[in-house]
This record gives sequence, C-alpha cells and structure tokens, in this order.
Amino acid sequence: MPGRLRIVLAEDAALLREGLVGILEKAGHEVVAAVGDAEALLAYVAHARPDTVVTDIRMPPDHSVEGLRAAAAIRADHPEIAIMVLSAYVADAYVAELLDSAPGGGIGYLLKDRVGHVREFLDSLDRVADGETVVDPQVVRQLLGRRRDDGPLASLTDREREVLALMAEGRTNGAIAEALVVSEAAVRKHVGGIFAKLRLDPGTDRRVSAVLAYLRG
Amino acid sequence: MSRAPDAWSAVRGHPWRLLTSAWPWRSLAYLATSAPIGLATLVVLATTLLLGAATVVVVVGVAVLAGIPLLTGLLGVLERRRLALVRPRPATGTSLGERLRAGRRVPVSWAEVGYAVLLSGLLWPVDALVLIVLLSLPAVLLLAPWLRTTDEMNVFGWHLDTALDGVLGFAAGVLALVLAAYLITLLAAAQGALARLLLDPQEARLAAAVAELRRSRIDLVDAFETERRRIERDLHDGAQQRLVALTMTLGRAELEVPEGEGQTLVRAARRQAELALEELRGTVRGIHPRVLVDHGLAAAVHELADRSSVPVTVDITLPDRLPAPVEAAAYFVVSEALTNVSRHSRARRAEVHAWQRDGRLVVTVVDDGVGGADETAGSGLVGLRIRLDALGGRLQVHSPDGGPTEVRMECPCLVG
Repeated sequence: MPGRLRIVLAEDAALLREGLVGILEKAGHEVVAAVGDAEALLAYVAHARPDTVVTDIRMPPDHSVEGLRAAAAIRADHPEIAIMVLSAYVADAYVAELLDSAPGGGIGYLLKDRVGHVREFLDSLDRVADGETVVDPQVVRQLLGRRRDDGPLASLTDREREVLALMAEGRTNGAIAEALVVSEAAVRKHVGGIFAKLRLDPGTDRRVSAVLAYLRG
Repeated sequence: MSRAPDAWSAVRGHPWRLLTSAWPWRSLAYLATSAPIGLATLVVLATTLLLGAATVVVVVGVAVLAGIPLLTGLLGVLERRRLALVRPRPATGTSLGERLRAGRRVPVSWAEVGYAVLLSGLLWPVDALVLIVLLSLPAVLLLAPWLRTTDEMNVFGWHLDTALDGVLGFAAGVLALVLAAYLITLLAAAQGALARLLLDPQEARLAAAVAELRRSRIDLVDAFETERRRIERDLHDGAQQRLVALTMTLGRAELEVPEGEGQTLVRAARRQAELALEELRGTVRGIHPRVLVDHGLAAAVHELADRSSVPVTVDITLPDRLPAPVEAAAYFVVSEALTNVSRHSRARRAEVHAWQRDGRLVVTVVDDGVGGADETAGSGLVGLRIRLDALGGRLQVHSPDGGPTEVRMECPCLVG
C-alpha cells in the first residue's frame, strides 16, 4: 500500500472540493493544495511535486475538458505523478483521451458518484498511486455491451472479454479469479491469450496496452 | 368596372364578360401607347449609342454611354406606370423623382436595359403591326354594306358585290372584331407579364425576404441550441453538483455511523441519491450531450451505439468537426432513430453511417427489422425534420412493411 499520499486536488465546485478534502484527509492523506482550475493545478504540481493528482474534467475558463488537458500536460512533464480524473460523464471518449496521453505513473477515470463509495474510492486511489490503471466499472460495463464484428477484439472469447473488462477496472489477477470464481492460473491463461490475440509487445506494460486496445475498440 | 383582376384572367374567363369588360379597351390603349414610346426609346438609345461611340476616344463617350442605364431606368419608371393599364397592381418601384435624384448611384439594372432594347427593337413594331391589321380588317368588313356600293371591294380574294355580300361582310366584321378584342387583350397581357418580369423589383425583394427568413430560422435553431447548452450547464453546476455532494456526505456518514439500522438507512439514502444522479445524467444527455461538444459526432454516436439494446455498427468518416447545429441535428437524428430501432423494429442489428459529400453531411441509420415505421405517429423525428429544414437539410424515412427501415438525413455542412 502506498500509505500517506501527497495530493493536489483540482475541482471547481467548492462544495465538492471541501467534501473531497474531508474524505482524503480523513483517510490520512495530505492535501497539499486544493484548487479550482487547471492553471492553478499545473502551477501547484510544478511547485509542490505531489505524488498524486486528483482532478475534475470540466473546469474554468471554458468548462470543457480542461482537466484532461491538464492531465496530459502533467504526464508529459512529470510522468511519475499518478493521476485520478473524476468525471460526470460515462462516455469512453474521455477515457480514451486520458489513456492516450504519454505513458507514466498510474492513471484512473472514475465517475464522481464513485466518491460516495468512500472505501472503494480510496482503494482505487491507492491502486492508481501504485501505478495501476483504473477505469470506472460503469464505463467498463457500457464497453462490455459493445459488440464488434471486426478488429482484433472480435477474436476474443467471451471469457477473455470478461477478464479484459475486469483488468480495465484495475483488478489484479487474484481479484479477477475471485470475481469469476476460477483459479488464478486460469486467469493467467486468459490474460496470456488476450495479450497474444491483441499482438501486444512484451516490452511495454501489456496490461495497460490491453485496456487501451479495449477502449479504442 | 371589370371583375377579372387583370387582362390575363379576363382572357381565360367568360367570353361575354371579356367583351363587356374594359380589358380589351385597356389592352388597346396599352399596345397603342407602346408604339410611340418604343419609337422614342429607339431614337434616344440609338442617338446616345452613336454619340457615345463617336466620342469614346475623347473619354466623354464613356460618360455618355454610362448614361444609358439612367435612361433605361427612367423608361422603367414610365413603363411601370403604364403597366397599370393591364394590371391593377402594377409593378412597384422607385418614382421618377427618386430615380432622378438617385442618378447613377443605383446599381445598373440589366433587366431594365434589356427591356429597353426589347421594347425599342421588337415590341413596338410588333404591336403597331398587329394593331393595324386587327383594327383595319374588322373596320373594312363592318363598312362592307356601304363600301361595296361606292367602290370595288375585295377582301382576301372575296369580291363583295351584292347586298347579301354586304350583309355577310358586316357579319364577318363583327366576328373579326370579337377575335381582335381577344387577340389584343392576349397580346397586351403577355407583354404586360414580360414587362413585369423584367421591371418588377418585387422579385428581388421576395428573394431578399426569403433569404432573411432563412437566416432568422437558422438564428432560431441557434438560439434553441444555446438555450439547451445553458440548461445543461445550469443542471451540471446546480442540481448535479449538489447530488454528488450529497452522495459524498452520505458516503462519509456511512463510515461514521456504527453498524446497524442507522447504517443501513444511510446506505439506502446514498443509493437513492446515486439513482437520482444517474437519472439526471440521462436527462442532461438528452438535452445536450457533453461528449458531442467535447469530442464530436463520431464519439457521441459511438456512445449512443454502446447504450443501444440492439447491436449497432458505427462507421463514421468525417475529416473535421462540423458546425454545432449540424452536429446536434445529426446526433439527435441518430439518437431518435436508434430509440425507434430498439422500441419498434424488432431488429437484430443496426448500422449507422456518416460521411461528407459535396459539402453535405449524409447520415444513415439502417436496421434489419420489420419496417412499417410511421414517422408521423408522435415520433421525435417530426421535430427533427423541422430543425433540419431550417438548416437547409432534409430527412427521409424509408420503411416498407417487412423492412428494412432506413432513416437518412442530409444537411449542408456550412450554415448560413
């Protein structure tokens, strides 16, 4: 476990910002700065060098995807910093944009509602700080419903797709085995099958690459 | 006074009514006056042209030639007045004083120049010839009973000698007069229509009015779009934020409250807040989907396809982002079509295609369902059709019984 995290938080709604600070501090993390826009976020990241950033997507001045742009900038300049994006949208286009940014530390995309599941949220945050990729289960569920006729994903078996979906949620092989009620060895076999079918380069983080391939369809 | 609204309607109306109306007389006046006016125009135009051509080397000629549109403009003013003879609501236009004051500041009306050339070169000789023939023939025939006694009479090879010939000639004259009344009215009506076509600025005004209406309809669609955007923003900044804050607070309370009924209730409350949030998210998406603004049509349609209960294949190839009203219209067409596919078509699969061709966006949604879709039966497509209409686009639904159903929209990619 990463233990006590040094976090910079960006969220433009004061109500939510305070709520988040409360949850994070109660969990023993240190919120070194809580700001209301992407510009301040970038300034504090450069200045305070946190190990984790938690940011909203939609912030001033344009209320569009400032949080995603900031995340990309942070990954380009400080790849070691883990980033957790909080969003109001289920659409996978946002997740794809986030995961398309430069490689680096852990990355996460969670719906804001998830924060209400405090333990789950804090657990996801820890995993992202640990370098894992975490995608909100609801987004993954929506992706799972997608059926495709072409591309490498079409060659996956149903079981492999299930495993891939759980990988996208950021679960370890052990957790996946538990969720699917199979042995961890069976999960490893499925994961290997996924890597082979998606023709992933063994030199990269294949777990992240598989999720990326999954999200891009 | 005649009851027919103009000479043309009079010709097509009851024959007796035409003959007793004023239209033949008005038409006669119209054609008779066109001869002197046409002749005068010919003289003035020819003189100006010759004078201008002769002096063009000393530059003065250019100014002289440039005066031609002013002259034809003045003729236009006169001719528009004269049109009142055959049309009760004559062509509208500037008055003589206005036209003179405006001088050369008004743009050259080539229609007016063309009318002047036509009148001076073709219309007036034709009018004069037709009038001479159509008036002299009945006149001679009507006078047949007397003329035959004083002189040898021969009409188109018919020798009128006897008294019977005189009576027959008179009768033929009456017939010829009726025929002349018809032909004169017809010619005047045709010429009036031609003059109106060339001289009436009403046409231009109508075209301008249509353009203005189109623009205001696009403004309306824009306003509609802006309003949706505002509502979405208000919901996002207001109710949605508060509900998220509520779930957070309840989530924290859940950790503080000791296990038992209290905690169960807090958890249930949090779940209810989450459901409200989810519902609100669906509503907001229906009003103004944020992913459309942030990532464009392809991403937004992919998301619709992901949500659809029927498997959907999406094939969208668009080089650039489209104007917001076009993107929104296309998105809602696909959204509505896919909703209908899920609800009514019993389809096993659907396909969405979108591409650009000749500056137009084409979107099709096809399913393999049972067809027979009635697009007028309370479907949201009706509203979308109106919206597309304003953008200069159109929407077609092809759904024969037994299927398949195809919804196809086309819309210019440039708005305005």
